[in-house]
Amino acid sequence: MPIQLRAEVLDVRKSGAYSVLSLTAAGMTELARPGHFVTVSMGGEESSMLLRRAFAIYQVKSRGVYGGTLEIVVGVEGKGSKWLSERRRHDHLDIVGPLGRPFILPKERVPCVLVAGGYGAAGMFMLAEQLRDRGCRVDVVMGASCESKLFGVLEMKRASSKLIITTEDGSTGERGRVTDVLGSVIDKSEAAVVYACGPMGMLSAVAAIAGEHRAYSQCSVEEAMACGIGVCMTCVLPVIGPDGVTRMVRSCVEGPVFRGDRVRWSDVGTIPADAFGAPVVEES
Amino acid sequence: MSPAVIGRGPVGSTSETPRMDMSTSLGAMHLDAPVLTASGCAASGRELDEYFDITHLGAIVTKSIMLQPRAGRPTPRMAETPSGMLNSIGLQGPGLEAFIETDLAWLEQRGARVIVSIAGGSVEEYVKIAQKLRYVSGIDAIEVNISCPNVEDRGQVFACNSEAASQVIQAVRRHLDPHTPLFAKLSPDVTDITDIAHAVVRAGASGLSVINTALGMVIDVDRMRPALAGVTGGLSGPAIRPIAVRCVWQIRQAMPKIPILGMGGIRTGLDALQFILAGANAVSVGTATFNDPSAPIRVQRELAQALHERGFTSLREAISFAHREYDAPEPLFAETAAAESAVNPEVDEEQGLEVPRIIQVSEVDVLDDRRPVAEVVQIRRDTASQPFDQYKEFAEAKAADERRADVSPEPQ
Ligand SMILES: Cc1cc2nc3c(=O)[nH]c(=O)nc-3n(C[C@H](O)[C@H](O)[C@H](O)COP(=O)(O)OP(=O)(O)OC[C@H]3O[C@@H](n4cnc5c(N)ncnc54)[C@H](O)[C@@H]3O)c2cc1C
Ligand SMILES: Cc1cc2nc3c(=O)[nH]c(=O)nc-3n(C[C@H](O)[C@H](O)[C@H](O)COP(=O)(O)O)c2cc1C
Ligand code: FES
Repeated sequence: MPIQLRAEVLDVRKSGAYSVLSLTAAGMTELARPGHFVTVSMGGEESSMLLRRAFAIYQVKSRGVYGGTLEIVVGVEGKGSKWLSERRRHDHLDIVGPLGRPFILPKERVPCVLVAGGYGAAGMFMLAEQLRDRGCRVDVVMGASCESKLFGVLEMKRASSKLIITTEDGSTGERGRVTDVLGSVIDKSEAAVVYACGPMGMLSAVAAIAGEHRAYSQCSVEEAMACGIGVCMTCVLPVIGPDGVTRMVRSCVEGPVFRGDRVRWSDVGTIPADAFGAPVVEES
Repeated sequence: MSPAVIGRGPVGSTSETPRMDMSTSLGAMHLDAPVLTASGCAASGRELDEYFDITHLGAIVTKSIMLQPRAGRPTPRMAETPSGMLNSIGLQGPGLEAFIETDLAWLEQRGARVIVSIAGGSVEEYVKIAQKLRYVSGIDAIEVNISCPNVEDRGQVFACNSEAASQVIQAVRRHLDPHTPLFAKLSPDVTDITDIAHAVVRAGASGLSVINTALGMVIDVDRMRPALAGVTGGLSGPAIRPIAVRCVWQIRQAMPKIPILGMGGIRTGLDALQFILAGANAVSVGTATFNDPSAPIRVQRELAQALHERGFTSLREAISFAHREYDAPEPLFAETAAAESAVNPEVDEEQGLEVPRIIQVSEVDVLDDRRPVAEVVQIRRDTASQPFDQYKEFAEAKAADERRADVSPEPQ
């Protein structure tokens, strides 16, 4: 059950192109699972930015002097994330979380591959840690356009069994995209599950490759969200249900983590004609 | 049911929150509290119930429901705008059957008051929904969302044409239980909102919900095309608040007795107070809920506090209060004028501009015209936080009006 609280900023540190905000979050941290996100209100009480922004939960500490802290990773994209990255110690933020459905962990000790694009890595550290605690082998593929857009490379090196880096400009790691290497990583580790978080195009490709290599995939999607709590219906995408019917499903409460083979990736941004409740085409 | 008394604990940094009678009514529907959710901004209340007790609100207004399941419009469905947002959800919903079985059943079991919002693409669709809802329990009132394109009239929005709007309202009225309050939800995108208001009331609406979103558009300058997949969308949030307050004001002026559910950009208790003073009997909080999931209950608490600070003992006293007869001076002006006039308050009016306007105002007469004006001004300021005794007459007349308006609508 999500909660809303007034968090104090404990620390803001730079990491490559990103700002990492450390926040007090007593009561929220115990509930947080890998894949959960929080929403943060922007610009203070009188702000003209009305909509909250979503951020994956990066790290949590349940104990300590503050009775629980959590961290988020902010990449500066537009005015909201810029404002957020300019927060300083002792500033306060209104946060709601943990939100969404987290990643599902395997019952058995199966090898897993984690794929992260850019700040999509944020949610992967907690996941890697918990998978390894269960005795799973964890291979990680991290990619970005360039080196500064990679997040937490050193830390991920420690958290994973093996780390492979790709950058599109070749500034570090292999030149290319995560999907160029993914197939062979899955094969080598005989992975049973692929977890992914990043841009939609990447997720779509990851889901396809995982399928081809007979791995089960779980993808954390990023759809524009107005409320983040399931009341507004802005964040929908076409997902095939267990009954075989495609529905326009809210990614904030029924996601953001979906089975890769259930999302109709090429139809995202449309209402597929066979979706539940799709407009009936007029016969003339 | 006893009237809700809101706030016993401290609010914000100020002292104890007063006991305030927040009960109100929307025609025949009595409400313990004046703040409701807005259709489409709270789903069916279930999600918000995790953040606050939804039964403490006046009522839940559910997402507009259509006869059949509906997938809505393609994404992106929203764009943030200065102090607001555009949405083009396209009325995604599970269809009437599923709504009754799951959402309504949950609300009834939860003990919340419910206003069901309905939508249709043709008069016939509205009728079918009304026929079905007539025999469903747990519904306190119906809100008819007429901001829908009429599929039989080249997609013309019902709410923008008084004839089309009346047809829908008349048809729905005829098929509902005659005792069920029926609210017509008006669009601000019309030349004269009072024309539409009169038309739908004549057609049988027992009250008005004011306002729906205003049609807007954003162009994404990077992709150089409309930001929304649906091209245009509805603008909501504080950006439209002045338009909404104006609409409530105009309708209240034109129709002194019609119950009004006011909404559009309410984010704080003071925003809600504007609507109440302008003539709303209750208010809905919509988009602000996206900014703060507990906004509806917070607004209600802040409204109670704001009423107390202004000397009201009940919400009802404040309804339409800004419409009262008044010609009181602006406090700032009063101060300077008073200082000048204190010298010679008896200056002949016809003699020139020296005459301070302050001594002509009726409020001075009400207080005590023998006292020096400077003192009168002082007294006026002191009384600012006292109950407005001098407007008792206004309040009584209004209460009498309300009692008259409380009669259930006649079956048509
Ligand atoms: C589930 C989820 C998890 C996320 N996790 C992170 C994270 O860990 N780190 C991080 O830096 N960002 C994350 N984002 C993106 C973040 O919420 C903001 O959207 C992004 O920072 C851009 O906001 P802005 O105010 O700077 O941009 P603006 O252009 O001012 O944003 C305007 C509006 O568009 C929306 N929007 C813009 N870009 C995106 C986008 N890429 N995805 C979704 N909505 C968008 C914004 O939320 C906002 O409502 C996440 C988004 C989602 C949905
Ligand atoms: C995402 C969203 C969905 C909405 N859906 C509906 C709807 O289904 N039916 C309706 O009558 N109004 C709908 N509205 C309009 C609101 O109920 C309200 O009239 C309007 O947004 C103005 O109030 P606000 O500024 O407080 O949001 C919707 C508004 C938003 C933002
Ligand atoms: S963002 Fe509002 S329903 Fe998902």
